[in-house]
Amino acid sequence: MALLIIDTETCIGCGACVAACPFGALRMEDDKAAVDDKCTACGACLEVCPVEALSLPERGRGEEDISAYQGVWVWVEQFRGEACSISWEMMGQGRKIADSLGTTLTACVLGHNVDGIAQQAIYYGADRVFLVDDPSLGVYRTAPYAKQLVHLVRQYKPEIFLLGASARGRDLAGAVATEVHTGLTADCTGLDIDPETKLLRQTRPAFGGNIMATIICPNYRPQMATVRHRVFEMPEPDSSRQGQIVKVPPVMTEDQIAAKVVDFIVEEGEVNLADAKIIVSGGRGVRGPEGFKPLRELAEVLGGAVGSSRAAVDAGWIPYAHQVGQTGRTVRPDLYIACGISGAIQHLAGMGTSKIIVAINKDPEAPIFKVANYGIVGDLFQIVPALTEELRKRLRK
Amino acid sequence: MHAIVCIKQVPDTTDVKVNPETGTLIREGVPSIVNPFDTYAIEEALRLREKFGGKVTVISMGPPQAKEALKEAIAMGADQAILLSDRAFAGSDTWATAYTLANAIRKIGDFDVILCGKQAIDGDTGQVGPGIARQLDIEQLTYVFKIQEIDFQAKRIRVERLLEEGREVVETRLPALLTVVKDINQPRYPTIMGIRRATRTEIPVWTAADLPDAKPDLLGLKGSPTQVVRVFNPPPRSGQIVMIEGESPQEQAAKLADLLLQEKVI
Repeated sequence: MALLIIDTETCIGCGACVAACPFGALRMEDDKAAVDDKCTACGACLEVCPVEALSLPERGRGEEDISAYQGVWVWVEQFRGEACSISWEMMGQGRKIADSLGTTLTACVLGHNVDGIAQQAIYYGADRVFLVDDPSLGVYRTAPYAKQLVHLVRQYKPEIFLLGASARGRDLAGAVATEVHTGLTADCTGLDIDPETKLLRQTRPAFGGNIMATIICPNYRPQMATVRHRVFEMPEPDSSRQGQIVKVPPVMTEDQIAAKVVDFIVEEGEVNLADAKIIVSGGRGVRGPEGFKPLRELAEVLGGAVGSSRAAVDAGWIPYAHQVGQTGRTVRPDLYIACGISGAIQHLAGMGTSKIIVAINKDPEAPIFKVANYGIVGDLFQIVPALTEELRKRLRK
Repeated sequence: MHAIVCIKQVPDTTDVKVNPETGTLIREGVPSIVNPFDTYAIEEALRLREKFGGKVTVISMGPPQAKEALKEAIAMGADQAILLSDRAFAGSDTWATAYTLANAIRKIGDFDVILCGKQAIDGDTGQVGPGIARQLDIEQLTYVFKIQEIDFQAKRIRVERLLEEGREVVETRLPALLTVVKDINQPRYPTIMGIRRATRTEIPVWTAADLPDAKPDLLGLKGSPTQVVRVFNPPPRSGQIVMIEGESPQEQAAKLADLLLQEKVI
């Protein structure tokens, strides 16, 4: 199903495209370029071909006049009437993007009794806030939230729309982008504006963090992206900022909403990795569920949380909620202590931006040592208890 | 009861390596597998069938070799499978993928529940599930941790969804689309009988011509708003590692404690 079109008449067989293909989809066959199914139509080869022998089929153009779309929007997530910190991180980045485009930043606040959040949004950088305050929006539900945002997007036409990649944010972004038929890039680790085209460049890890891809959405609007917690820094609120709060009526009434949230279960000892300042994490090297015991003791002394690699979760030694990595949580603690974790790329994708990384591993060749600030080659079952003991002494002082 | 499960064949990303010299993905010899999250969706559908009777249909969009993934679902116990494969579908991003799958589901017709994994391990977007739900205009329940109750007569479902702060219990109407997390069950292995059945089973392949209601302009590359413009290696972390040596674990621990206090991270 490869999409790449190779004009074999024009191809001079130089092989430049074979070297440029990030997916290994190109090869030389009878001195001409040939492509296979691994082609993702990324276009990396088009740029390097000296004779323009390569092309891709035409993309969709969208239908509307996209120049009518202006401004940067951020959805401000709230839980039980409190704004989620991920949304302020998005506001910080949204402000930077709006400034580089010379445009305005708008916050969308949906909830019940959330005027305070609308005011906070201004302190965090919004020029304008759409405030939809109604009992039906008190608890997040897909239908009323998605319908409301779709309605606002159609009416006010933002150029860029950013949401936090929390469970609710991803649920909502997927629904909104589908309904308005626009592009959505999940879990971006970088967002910036191309100085020439003014398009939003959305960079994210793919293939389990093995490669990074930069994605654009040239012909549809808004350009939508979600970003994970702690990828962007938390901005400082400025209570002297001024902005406009626009009250908007809800588009759905309670009787039109099928879903009802009937309960919320919070388990004792539930882990909140995303907010932890210190994480002690275990991998295959802990050798079993009991192997997490010394890690828990160290985390307790440090007031941190316990994380794990995918290997330990897949082995059933610790619940999925502890998993750090591309398919688990992204974390950015001040201190990440990796115990018996080899450092697969998919794990590094979830913790690589931690301030200080300590690696404790038996294998001096383990990739985790390539990203760590401090490393100890040794048996975690000796090192970790010794460290716990040492820190217990010092932190008591 | 009719459950439709959407699955994807993916390269086993835990095995994907990058050639350090050329910076390209080495995909030779990397096995293709059923997206691990999708196996939980298949298992949940099979459990619903065991409890309520009915059938489980598994669908996938991909190249012809994605039939192998569908055969694995049959080997686990699914009743039937359909592959959507056509050059016209190639280059689909999540929008076009959801559009194509939704059109196939409309053609399949009556269903009570659609199940998907929470995301695929190669793309990690988690967008196709919600996309299908919106295309079909049905209820969407993402990150489902547990189905507490399901009543196909009354067309009601109650699930626990795994969110950052805990588990939310939501009740809604059927039909609904569920995306499931790992905690929901433990997928079964295919049985010998199942594998034999899968070998014998012919998997029908639907092309764009089999989806007359799907607009050609909304399929594949043409229906895909997003475009990958650059692919590169993850940037290495800057800085040099300090290896902590010592005569004993206690000595190493003491040195590390000094450094962490100096760094002001504890």
